[in-house]
Amino acid sequence: MSTPPRAIDIGIMSCHVCTLVIERSDDPHARCPRCLNRVHVRKKNSIATSWALLLSAAMFYIPANIFPIMRTASLSSIDDNTILSGIAELWKAGSPGLAVIVFTASIVVPVLKFIIMGILLISVQRSSGFIARQRAKLYRFVELIGYWSMLDVFVVAILSALVHFKILSRVEPLPGVVYFGVVVVLTMLSAMSFDPRLIWDNRKSQ
Amino acid sequence: MHNAQNLIVCENCDSVYRRHTLARGQVADCTVCGAVLDRYQWLSVEGQFALIVAALVVFLIANVSPIVTLGLSGMSADTTLWGAIITMWMDGAQLVSVLTAMTLFFFPLSQLLIFGWVLGFARKGLRAPGFRTAMSVLVRVKPWSMIEVFMLGTLVAVVKAHTYFDVATRPGIWAYGFLTILITVFSSHDARHLWNLTHKARA
Repeated sequence: MSTPPRAIDIGIMSCHVCTLVIERSDDPHARCPRCLNRVHVRKKNSIATSWALLLSAAMFYIPANIFPIMRTASLSSIDDNTILSGIAELWKAGSPGLAVIVFTASIVVPVLKFIIMGILLISVQRSSGFIARQRAKLYRFVELIGYWSMLDVFVVAILSALVHFKILSRVEPLPGVVYFGVVVVLTMLSAMSFDPRLIWDNRKSQ
Repeated sequence: MHNAQNLIVCENCDSVYRRHTLARGQVADCTVCGAVLDRYQWLSVEGQFALIVAALVVFLIANVSPIVTLGLSGMSADTTLWGAIITMWMDGAQLVSVLTAMTLFFFPLSQLLIFGWVLGFARKGLRAPGFRTAMSVLVRVKPWSMIEVFMLGTLVAVVKAHTYFDVATRPGIWAYGFLTILITVFSSHDARHLWNLTHKARA
């Protein structure tokens, strides 16, 4: 089967919001005739916005990991946990399976997102045609897994609400969890501002 | 534009295809980048509407009934989603509180209500009042609804708490589980098909 034509080459484009196929227009204020949302051939300032959000996310990821995310207080002790120490505790408490899940959601997924988005952005900036199909897959992967990193944030929220036994036992959220929530939102926004079609534009080699 | 209705443009790589009617279970993949172009919509508008109504009922139950109860030497404590949201606010994590309220309550709820509203009219082939806005909001809100993640989060919290407390599951956790299943069923359905399935009331 021959390669299908690209919309940009045959003078058409589709609306991001309602998928209507319309004639190509380079007017920045063009609107979709059907849903009236802004239409554009490519997302505006995609690379710069995506970089900015990704780098801010990476910066927030440092305090998110250094600062504790949760305090467990009881009569005899106060125990502050960071993301990593929380995972270690979960592992020792006898649920290694769950520890692996939390580790994946809180450490592996964000780090993978930083690396993959970085690779995508750099390769697009260098107009690389290298493994375009695989990079397209990586992008879809990032979009798919993105929001699962909220897992730890929700765990802290539920535990803080549940463990309220006055002085006997008490769980409280600590600043780390706020930074972590910000990281998740920023990486999601970064992935959303990236335009995957750029992977296929101006390729130097096939 | 001539025949633009018959064309599909891949959102991931800009390749243009002619639209085909899909048979049961078929998925159209982009031959260039491998992204999904279109899926067979195995639920009719009527069926989707029924599912949305069911999901709304379950959502209500999930929000009013406690999720789990903890016991510690004769005392017990339970919480709902809103309990968690309020606690986070009071304990100085307002940003997380707002984020939780948005991704677990306001976004999923507006998704259900708006989709239900649009589907209700689509059953008669009509576009609901505010159709354009409704459809645009649905597309924008979709990535920010995180019920599935919360479901897994409660499980992790239960296991963590289990080491120190007696944990009893309550109806809320089952409601969230059921909601997760409904959301998964829905994920193969693209609301944007409604643009082609409905027409304006007045021509």
